[in-house]
Amino acid sequence: MKKLLVFLKDYRKESILGPLFKLMEASFELFVPLVIASMIDVGIAGGDRGYVIRMCLVLLLLCLVGFICAVTAQFFAARAAAGFAKKVKRALFENIQKLSYSDMDSIGTSAMITRMTSDVNQVQQGVNLTIRLLLRSPFVVFGAMVMAFTINTRMALIFLVTIILLFLVVGLIMRWSIPRYGMIQSHLDKLLGLTRENHTGVRVIRAFGLEEKEKENFNGQNNSLTSLQNHVGTITALMNPATYAILNLAVAFLIYRGALRVNAGDLTQGQVVALYNYMSQILVELIKFANLIITVTRAIASGNRIEEMLELKSSMENGSVKEFDKTPDHIVFSHVFMRYAGDSEDSLEDLDVTVRRGERIGVIGGTGSGKTTLINLIPRFYDARQGEVILDGRNIREYDLENLRERIGIVPQKAVLFHGTIRDNIRWGKNDATDDEINRALEIAQAKEIVEGKAGGLDHMVAQGGKNFSGGQKQRLTIARALVRKPEILILDDSASALDYLTDKKLREAIAAMDNPPTTFIVSQRASSVLNCDKIIVLEDGKVMGIGTNEQLLESCDTYKEIYDSQYRKEGAV
Amino acid sequence: MKKNTLKKVLRYAGKYHFLIALSMVLAVVTALLSLYVPILAGNAIDRITGTGKVDFASLTATVLKMAVIVMFIALCQWVMNRTNNKITYSVVRDVREEAFSRLQNLPFNYLDNKPTGEIVSRLISDVDMFADGLLMGFGQLFTGIVTIVGTLVFMFYLNFGIAIVVVVLTPLSLLVARFVATRSFKLFKEQSEARSDQTAFVDEMIGNLSVVKAFAHEDENLEIFDDINDRLEKTSVMATFVSSLTNPSTRFINNIVYAAVALFGAFACIAGGMSVGGLTIFLSYANQYTKPFNEISGVVTELQNALACAERVFQLIEEQPEEPDFEGAPKELVAKGDVAVSDVSFSYDKSKKLIEDLNLDIKKGQRVAIVGPTGSGKTTLINLLMRFYDTDKGSISIDGYDIRKLRRSDLRANFGMVLQETWLRSGTVRDNITLGREGFSDEEIIEAAKAAHAHSFIKRLPKGYDTLITENGGNLSQGQKQLLCITRVMLHIPPMLILDEATSSIDTRTEIRIQKAFNRMMQGRTSFIVAHRLSTIREADIILVMKDGHIIEQGDHDTLLAKKGFYHELYTSQWG
Repeated sequence: MKKLLVFLKDYRKESILGPLFKLMEASFELFVPLVIASMIDVGIAGGDRGYVIRMCLVLLLLCLVGFICAVTAQFFAARAAAGFAKKVKRALFENIQKLSYSDMDSIGTSAMITRMTSDVNQVQQGVNLTIRLLLRSPFVVFGAMVMAFTINTRMALIFLVTIILLFLVVGLIMRWSIPRYGMIQSHLDKLLGLTRENHTGVRVIRAFGLEEKEKENFNGQNNSLTSLQNHVGTITALMNPATYAILNLAVAFLIYRGALRVNAGDLTQGQVVALYNYMSQILVELIKFANLIITVTRAIASGNRIEEMLELKSSMENGSVKEFDKTPDHIVFSHVFMRYAGDSEDSLEDLDVTVRRGERIGVIGGTGSGKTTLINLIPRFYDARQGEVILDGRNIREYDLENLRERIGIVPQKAVLFHGTIRDNIRWGKNDATDDEINRALEIAQAKEIVEGKAGGLDHMVAQGGKNFSGGQKQRLTIARALVRKPEILILDDSASALDYLTDKKLREAIAAMDNPPTTFIVSQRASSVLNCDKIIVLEDGKVMGIGTNEQLLESCDTYKEIYDSQYRKEGAV
Repeated sequence: MKKNTLKKVLRYAGKYHFLIALSMVLAVVTALLSLYVPILAGNAIDRITGTGKVDFASLTATVLKMAVIVMFIALCQWVMNRTNNKITYSVVRDVREEAFSRLQNLPFNYLDNKPTGEIVSRLISDVDMFADGLLMGFGQLFTGIVTIVGTLVFMFYLNFGIAIVVVVLTPLSLLVARFVATRSFKLFKEQSEARSDQTAFVDEMIGNLSVVKAFAHEDENLEIFDDINDRLEKTSVMATFVSSLTNPSTRFINNIVYAAVALFGAFACIAGGMSVGGLTIFLSYANQYTKPFNEISGVVTELQNALACAERVFQLIEEQPEEPDFEGAPKELVAKGDVAVSDVSFSYDKSKKLIEDLNLDIKKGQRVAIVGPTGSGKTTLINLLMRFYDTDKGSISIDGYDIRKLRRSDLRANFGMVLQETWLRSGTVRDNITLGREGFSDEEIIEAAKAAHAHSFIKRLPKGYDTLITENGGNLSQGQKQLLCITRVMLHIPPMLILDEATSSIDTRTEIRIQKAFNRMMQGRTSFIVAHRLSTIREADIILVMKDGHIIEQGDHDTLLAKKGFYHELYTSQWG
């Protein structure tokens, strides 16, 4: 949490002045019982109406100044908290964007989003309340006690004992209940998960006739949440009655002891009233303080989680080379091994192949055979564990990542579009693409008709997650997005899976017919998609089973032959 | 509308009428006794007039009385708090239970059109909000009103003149609170709009961070983010500031009232109409009296919010459920597998025609393949067979029974289904295979997994069949997920099968093996297969070629090829 406070640096003025003004307000409040006491002892006892009026004016003045102080403090608190949250969010977003793919795998998307949203909100609230109350409440409590000491030391001891007792009770109840609130939360998360699953899996649940079982399961969890809540409630419901009882019993005792002192002559009636009023002030502030502690505990927990994420450094070091030599040997994989973090086995073993500029490379193999792993090495999403990936004559690690990725067009397995117009989406590939360039890319990607079919053409809005497009449409648009930058390397990661054979074929032909055809990697499970490639890399369980043309592989590679035959059985000889 | 919602809330709460009555009695007792305590304190102080003049006998009695009453109040408060908790938590539980059980029989038409997040937020956060707001809110409102009335009565009883001063001044506090509340409500709305913009952006960009990085779009994103972030900061400062003014400004008004009471009280003391103890009572009342007013104005806004949440929850609960099962349905039907589709028309959006006048006659054990380009309506047929949707016109029958005249659970139990979208739940691998169906031994489960070629990868998982799978199988590959879904069906094979692109994410070699298992499974069973891969459906008895929702060709592989129609075009295009 400490390191997060750096983000308050620009709000130093607010974070110091805020509590200060709060303290001033509180001190004015502390004077009130004294004024009342002297009103009783001097004004009423002496029958002096003028004195009473003067004291009332003092009261009004005190509350007016207090009010101005409070408003100022609230403003500073709001400014500091919102500004702090803004800076934290920016830093988080910036840092998250810097993380490498392996980091992303290990953290998980939902954790990152939660940090950015609910955790930051918690911290913002925590900062806001801390500035407003963290000093004020203890100040009023202890201030009341100090004031009591100025009135009468012996009587003030009652305050001391009462305050210790109150702190003890409040502290114990909170210590008991805070971890249990965590348990309630995780029960609630379970209910939430069940509800989610029952919506996402409704077809499976009804197909297997599991409705009654699901209800039973849900009701079980639901009931156990309720009994846990009641159980925790038994103790938390003690908070108000217990503090009320302690305080008022203290008042009763105070009056009794006060009576003895007054009778003995070392205390006045007005002073007893003042002590009584100080006692009342304590309770109000203590309750506020307890609530504050809960908010602050939550905020600190959130803050620690945020801090962890801020401290993550990308596990990948950036290179510095920004010039590319364009050698004829475009990409060389030299005995490359790759293993994902936390895995015990390599996902790609000993890949050794040279890809010439402009060649078409097919990558084929089963699920989990290492196809995506292979192509992820080219834009340096991951680093090889052993061996080198050489691009234009240099180890890929020497290049500046942004410059490297700019020359590569990738069409990922999952077609993702973003909220914005079609034009905005295609321009992800090239910031300043003209409509002509965009249209050409759409043509090659077989996506022209999609855009023409939509109202507004390129200005048609894509909904969040691209919901208003079908899978095949999205895939073609993502292909256009990769093509618009006229990449030197084009990677199609199983990108035709949602396309029918006809469209897939037309797409491959159009790419081959481009002016400056890029070095193209086609990842697929279909032999038909890679048949005409200059080289086909056959993978199985991360091992390279063969590299060559369709004809060569049919002769020499059993794995390839098996895949091929399974798809061209019987008529396979055409 | 609001009144109606309130009535429904009362219906749920009505179940706990005894607890509610108890809570109300306790609220009255606590509120009134709490007001009596300052009077006792004041009386006690009146006994302390000066040196040597203290009336100890009467003082001790008063102080002891005070102590006993305070303990009693504390006890009542505790019981009341627990009662309120119990009412609230029970109502929440009841509402959730009913909403969840409604979820189980809502029509697909509704479910398919609602995002998961919305259903979840209605069932979880909306229910919480409405329970907290309405039930706890009512508690506060009730106590508040009792306290205000009680204080007024006591004050008028003690001193009419000062009571009038207090009554005249307090509306000021209400006005101020109202003023702040209306301003902050508007600002809060602006803030939550800006916040949801930001969340949407973050969700989209972090959710697809791999694409962002692939296109090196980080800097552009940061710029957009900064814009939204600045906007949010501005609204946030104002919203927080204005709403935080409620306390200081009402406190300010309260203090004015306090000063006024002190002034008039002191005058009354000097004139001899009141004792110092009486003044203390008034001062402590003046301190307490305005508090319930502030609370009530807070509660009112909360109540409105809670009502809105309740309305959303009730909308879900009251949504029209599926038509109930036919009453005279036969029990425990085990179908042979004759399927007849006669004159069926269906469309999701009634203004756009989809399936029209479809006729099919499928005999037991036949294999039906459904092919066609993406979005041609292949899954629609499955939706109709499983009765996920009902036909608009015409009928589907199994073994001569109209499926509308069967219990849905019986109909569905006769189909084994593997869908394109894999669905796994959080739980162990074993849970995901049995899905809670009881009576399967470990051997049977392993047998099924072997038949689906899932055993070898399950074995290699850290804890085998006891490995925990996170929601949606985050730690498994798409292919592995699909193998698990196939294992589910292999465990207990019903008389008919539906395979919807079941093998689209599995590599061809595994697919061949599964195909073999499927072939064994399909032996003698009526099966419906949806697939892009023509090679896998070549052996079908009937091929339905779909395009734009219509079945445009129908026949076996050779007939269709000979026809040189759309099927022929699809088929030949495979030969890159």
